[in-house]
Amino acid sequence: MADRPFIARGFHGRRAPVPPDRLPPGQYETRDFPVISAGPTPRTPIEAWDFTIGGSDGRSVRWSWDEFRALPREIPTVDIHCVTKWSKFDTTWEGVSVDTLLEAARASKVTEEAFVLAFCDGGYTTNLPLADVTGGKAWVAFGYDGAPLPPEHGGPARLLVPHLYFWKSAKWVRGFQLHTHDEPGFWEQLGYHNRGDPWREQRYQGDP
Amino acid sequence: MQTEEMRLDGNAAGGALREVFAQEMTAALATCTGCGTIRPVGALLEYGHRMGVVLRCPACEAPVLRIVRTPGWLRVDASGISFLTIPGEPDEATREGRRV
Amino acid sequence: MPPQLAWRVATVLDVHDETPRARTLVLEVSPWPGHRPGQHVDVRLVAEDGYQAQRSYSIASTPEEATVALTVERLEDGEVSPYLCDVLRAGDGLELRGPIGGYFVWTLDQGGPLLLVGGGSGIVPLMAMLRHHARADAAVRARLPVRLIYSARSQDVVIYREELERLDHRPEVEVTLTLTREAPTSWSGYRRRIDREILDAVSWPPSEMPQAFVCGPTALVESMATLLVELGHDPACVRTERFGPTG
Repeated sequence: MADRPFIARGFHGRRAPVPPDRLPPGQYETRDFPVISAGPTPRTPIEAWDFTIGGSDGRSVRWSWDEFRALPREIPTVDIHCVTKWSKFDTTWEGVSVDTLLEAARASKVTEEAFVLAFCDGGYTTNLPLADVTGGKAWVAFGYDGAPLPPEHGGPARLLVPHLYFWKSAKWVRGFQLHTHDEPGFWEQLGYHNRGDPWREQRYQGDP
Repeated sequence: MQTEEMRLDGNAAGGALREVFAQEMTAALATCTGCGTIRPVGALLEYGHRMGVVLRCPACEAPVLRIVRTPGWLRVDASGISFLTIPGEPDEATREGRRV
Repeated sequence: MPPQLAWRVATVLDVHDETPRARTLVLEVSPWPGHRPGQHVDVRLVAEDGYQAQRSYSIASTPEEATVALTVERLEDGEVSPYLCDVLRAGDGLELRGPIGGYFVWTLDQGGPLLLVGGGSGIVPLMAMLRHHARADAAVRARLPVRLIYSARSQDVVIYREELERLDHRPEVEVTLTLTREAPTSWSGYRRRIDREILDAVSWPPSEMPQAFVCGPTALVESMATLLVELGHDPACVRTERFGPTG
């Protein structure tokens, strides 16, 4: 086993020079939008779609697609960072702030807990601290770049949590379960970090 | 472009499978815990790309095998396989394969 | 079966273009345990700043040869293939591991008849199988006929075109080419995607119980495999290798 990797002469990959303080450590900028999925694209008909937030006590709040689309929406422009090392700058989304959703959950007496497990069509899950989806840091997005979110990028709606690695921005999201404990999701079970802050390079379990 | 056009199969995970099992695994027959169908690992559908390996059953789409390599660790979830039949030497395998 | 699958550095002996879009790399890999037609290698490129990219490429050469050949198609927006097709040259090192594969493989002792269905760069592992078949003696080949159906966008991107024409002249080999996007006016062959009609005309009927191998873009592989099973072929005898969207 070599200590020093073999360097391929003249290989650079697909990269452009980037302002240093915009890229988290270990990342490279991309201009395209890679599609990474853990499974096939789900095909939930919009009439069957809903979004729910539920607590451990069994209380929950639910929106149908029409009800969801009637909620106040925002158009955030954010940088996104994938743990596979690509970052994309200035992506524009349209969606409902998670703060709006949690406020409605509170009003319906859903007990707020410290951790969220987002669950999705197709079975994907990801866990996050509640603190990472509040205070204007997260949305459930149904639009990207001025158009409806395409299915391969998570449409009809995905979670958007740009300050964490993008595997936390769960595609085809259908709701949150609120937990007192941190329940590892699909990738976290296999060794990815429970929180995933790209600025602290929290890629894997055990990263500080 | 849909995820399905991009998907690969167990053949593409051959290198990663060798890291886990220390032998060639694409010809091994896996029984899906989800639906019971039996298929060669090479015929399972591969997702996950650079995050890791996710092999799914073509019949029921359940995850059959998941592998992630992190610094210092290789983590495997094989709960989607209820049985694994691994062929012996290539000559045995090919005779076996024809009977199946 | 080698226990270790270690990364090692091969030496590029020669590079030559097969088509304006595909190039063959001839490598010296030492030690090399030998391989079976259909297997592939994983190639890893590391840049000076540590940036890494890894891809898999099918082995085009036969086990009988001393060197290992890979045929790489340049993907327009690719990261690794433009490097392999445009930058890599004789004398360079190339890091790889392999051979890998145990399902999508064929050697003479697996018998036949052999049905090979390929699209685009999917022809590469099938060519290794066909070349391996071509080296057998005449008696063996006569008992083990091959039918190859190869779908390409146009004539100028048909990989191994001249070699396929030569092999097609052999009595036990039939090569059918179909051009899906454009064809010269003189072209008298098929001008569409492989469909049931083409399979009925030029492939083996299920009664022959062929060993079938299908390789190329994912969409082609899945539709062909489904079609072959619908036509009555035993699914256990239809082996597939998907190359992804552009294949």
